[in-house]
Formats: sequence, C-alpha cells, structure tokens
Amino acid sequence: MSNRRDFMGMALGAFTGLGALGALYAAKRTWDPLPSVKSAGFTTVDVSSAEENVLYTEMWRGKPVFVIKVAKNSKPEGGGKNAYEDKRLITIGGDKFFVAIGLCTHLGCIPSYFPDQHKFICACHGGQFDAAGEVLKAPPPSPLVIPPFKVDGKKIVLGEAGPDYKKMKAAGLVA
Amino acid sequence: MAHFDPNARPFSNKWLNERLAVDTLKRVLSTEYWIPKNINFLWAMGMVLAVTFGLLLVSGIFLLMYYLPDTKQAFDSVNYTIMQEVGFGWLWRHIHGVAASVVFLIIYIHMFTGIYYGSYKRGRELIWISGMLLFVSFSAEAFSGYMLPWGQMSYWAGMVITNLFSLGSLELNGLVEWIRGDYVPGQAFLGRFFMLHVLLMPLIIIALIVFHFGTLRLPHVNNQDGEEIDFEAEAEKWKAGNRKEAKVIPFNPVFLSKDVFVMGVYFIIFFYLVFYNFEFAMDPVNFDPADPLKTPPHIYPEWYFLWSYEILRPFGKDAGLMWFGFAQVIFFLLPFLDRSPYVAPANRRRPFRCWFWILLVDMVALTILGKLPPEGIFTTLGTIFAYLFIALWIALPFITKMEKLVGGKK
Repeated sequence: MSNRRDFMGMALGAFTGLGALGALYAAKRTWDPLPSVKSAGFTTVDVSSAEENVLYTEMWRGKPVFVIKVAKNSKPEGGGKNAYEDKRLITIGGDKFFVAIGLCTHLGCIPSYFPDQHKFICACHGGQFDAAGEVLKAPPPSPLVIPPFKVDGKKIVLGEAGPDYKKMKAAGLVA
Repeated sequence: MAHFDPNARPFSNKWLNERLAVDTLKRVLSTEYWIPKNINFLWAMGMVLAVTFGLLLVSGIFLLMYYLPDTKQAFDSVNYTIMQEVGFGWLWRHIHGVAASVVFLIIYIHMFTGIYYGSYKRGRELIWISGMLLFVSFSAEAFSGYMLPWGQMSYWAGMVITNLFSLGSLELNGLVEWIRGDYVPGQAFLGRFFMLHVLLMPLIIIALIVFHFGTLRLPHVNNQDGEEIDFEAEAEKWKAGNRKEAKVIPFNPVFLSKDVFVMGVYFIIFFYLVFYNFEFAMDPVNFDPADPLKTPPHIYPEWYFLWSYEILRPFGKDAGLMWFGFAQVIFFLLPFLDRSPYVAPANRRRPFRCWFWILLVDMVALTILGKLPPEGIFTTLGTIFAYLFIALWIALPFITKMEKLVGGKK
C-alpha cells in the first residue's frame, strides 16, 4: 500500500469485483430452470392393455418415453441378441416391458421403431437400437436411457425411483 | 482551452467544427482513408456485408412488431399474422430470410478472398481475428433466429445443438438443462433465444463491426499483388494532384462510388431472390409446428453450417465433438499457422496454391455431403473429406514453411 491513491483503487476494484460476482450469480440463477418446471415431473403409465411388440410413446418432463411389451422372440433383423433376454427389461405381472427415454443418446433425435425388424433406427445420424434399447449400430455411445420408475401393480410411475429401478441402478444397467 | 466563436451561426460548418471536429472526422474516416487502386470487385464484399446487415436490421425491426415469443403463439404469429395479415409482412420476412442466407455466402466469399490474397498476414492479424469473431457472432445470430418461428426444424435443431453442450461422455446434462431452462426446449428456451436474437447478439455484432473497421484503419486493405504500399507517400501524390501516378484513391468518394456500383449489381440479384426465388431460404419442414414427440426424418442445418455439421457426423460422439470444436476454432489461428512471410495471392505461392484450392473444394464437398442422408457411400465420402479437412490444417505450417514464390517480386 504505497499511497492513498493505490488504496482507493484497490478498494474500488474489490467492491466492483464483489458486485460483478453477485451480478453474475444473479444472471446464472435467472437462466436456471424455474421451480415450476422442475417440480412438474411425474407421469403414470397404465400398461395393462398394452399389445405385444407395439411401441407406445408417453410424455414425461417434455420428453418422449418409449414403452414396448417385448415379444418372446425379439431378435433384431440383421443379427443381434434376442431383446427378450435383456436384463434392462422390466417385469410387470409376468410380462416383460421395455421402458426408456425415446431420445437417441447421440444427439437427442427420436428414433423410429420398426416392429417387424425388432429395432429402432434413428434418421438423424443412422444409429440403431434393439427392442431393449441396446445399441446395434454407432454413433450412439450408450443404450437408450431408462428414466427413474416405480412399478405399481399394472402401472409404471415415471420420475420416482422404485426398488426395481434402484436394483437396476446398482447393477449399472441404467445410464 | 477551446475557442468558441460567438458569431458562428448555430449548426454552420464552423460551429460544428468547434464542437465536434466534423472536418477532421470526415478526413480521417473517409476522404483521407486511402485504398489501393490495385484491387478488384472482391474488395467490395465488406460494404456489401455492411448493407446486408442493414437490411437484416430494418426487416427485423418490422418483424419484431408482430412476432410473439410464446411457444403457443410464435408459429402462428409468423406464418399467419406476419405472412397473411400484416400489410407487406411477407416482404420483411422474405428479406430477412433471404438476407440471413445470402449474408453467409458473402461472408464465405469475403473470407476466402482474404485467404487467397494473404490478407491476414503480419499487420493484419487483428482484421482476420475480428472477422472470425463476426463470423461466430453471425452464426449465433442465425441459429437463435432460426428458433423463433418454432417450427419442427427450429425445435429439433435447438434440441440437437444444445445437446452438444453435454460435451459427449462428460454427460453435462445439467449444463444443457441450464442453457434451455428446461429439460427440453420450451418457453424458457424460446424466451432467452428471442432476447439473444433481437438484442444481445445484434449489440455484439455492431460493436464487432466497429472494431473490425478499426483494425483496418492502420494496416489498410491489402491489394491484388500483396504489395507493401507506402500509403503516406502515395497519398501525398494524390493530394498534390498527381492522381494518375498515385497508387491509392480516397475511400470517399472514389472507392465508395465503385463500391456502390457493386452493391447495385448485388441488390438486383438479392431482390430477384426475395421476390421470385425465396424458397431456398425457407425450409419446408419448418412450416410444421414444433412437435416434441416427432423427430423430422432428416435433421440438417441451413446450408452455411453443413460443412462443420458433416465433420461432426462420421465420428463417434466424443471424437465427432472434438473435431467439430477443432473446425470451429482452427480458422482463428490462420495468421499464426501460416509460417510464410510472403504476402502474395495464392497462385504465386507454392504449394500453398494447392492447399487453398483443396480446402475450398473440400469444404464445398462437406457442404454437399452434409445435406445427404448418412448412408452407404455418403458416410464413407464424408469420413474421407472430414479427415482431409483436419489433415489440411495440420499440414499448413509445414507447407508454408517451405514456401517458394513463383513469378512476381521477392
């Protein structure tokens, strides 16, 4: 602190810096998702009347969620494992269901389902998934994401982590 | 202390000079800002860009009066209110859409002119860098504007581009949600991109244009031979009346009059497009309202982003992102990657001449492939041209290091 002017300069700089930090924080918070957006988050899906190998698309947090009652033989055309044996399927009342967020893990396009080929094909960059959401063809780096879910009788509640979801998470099956 | 003549008539030249130094300003900024004679029509692209930006600004002001930044109303406010109800609303929209597309064509011509003639070399680095900053800002402006009609392409382009910010395997989904203000593009997203498009980005662009002009003032513009001109000596010749011998002309009125001629030709083509051929700037898919539950079969950006999009596509997620990032920043480094001291047009620089034309052809090829579906031979070709792009930039310092001039001076 050589003189008065240096002190004044530093004091001014420090207060301005504090104010700038505060303003930055306020700006960051303004861009955050609103509480109303964050809390609107549970969707219940009734799967009791689902037909085999038909894609149902539900909406959860503004994103499409795919539901398929997987057929016993769901071998994708062109090679691959039978999706019915996949550990990522959810068992509800003896049937096996595929439930996942319907956005390609590459860049978020919605893949289309081709029931006779038992696979999803993404039109954007050519990625492919089987009926359990496993990657058949790059560029998607990982399987379709399973959202937090809870099985409630013949219904699935999306957005709530139930025991089955926690078990899958512990086994590293949900991304 | 300044002297103010009590008898000067208000707003007379003298009165203004005492208060604003208008004559000095005029001299420094226009009548004694010297431009080489040895140039061609490509040197007019800067002013063509400036007037195109003016057109975007004016048409944008009119669109802004009826546009509604609301996810439920945006689509209709554009496609019904502005297009059907507002008198001449279609004119502003077509000017805005065509200009947004054409401005990138002119930017690319402007850029490749600079690369061809070596107008980014010693003394002119800041011109190049501020120009690249303008390119990035125009890209952000174009992207944010593309969101506003809230059609299918708006929505899905918004989805794909904001997803890039998860940075691949880093899975920064929180950052993506923060940018969107929601889990998916929604009202918060539309609102903030509207703000960026109509206020923040235009402010930044205007500031950068002023800066870009500023970086030009001392080094002056380059010329067709890369000749180092003594602007002061040449200016003296002009001022002494020796106009034939002087290698320079004043920006205003001599250079500007030629500029205005080029602009005239440009405007004929531009308004031909606006009135008779605007469809190229209006993607048909974007005439379907945004539907979060239905991806269009093909998502592709506007033509001016296709080359960098094609660099993203053939690779896996992380590598694709990395090379995409590479493509975005590498042009900034051009003045430092070019190790040759010679300022000369590319046709006299070997092997830089080949580098220039291969780069140009490669980027055109990437642009075409970016529009084609990612299947079979197109994927293979896309991969080859993407690698070629990367290889060219890695090779640049070595190529320019061993440079030889052909013909001309030095």
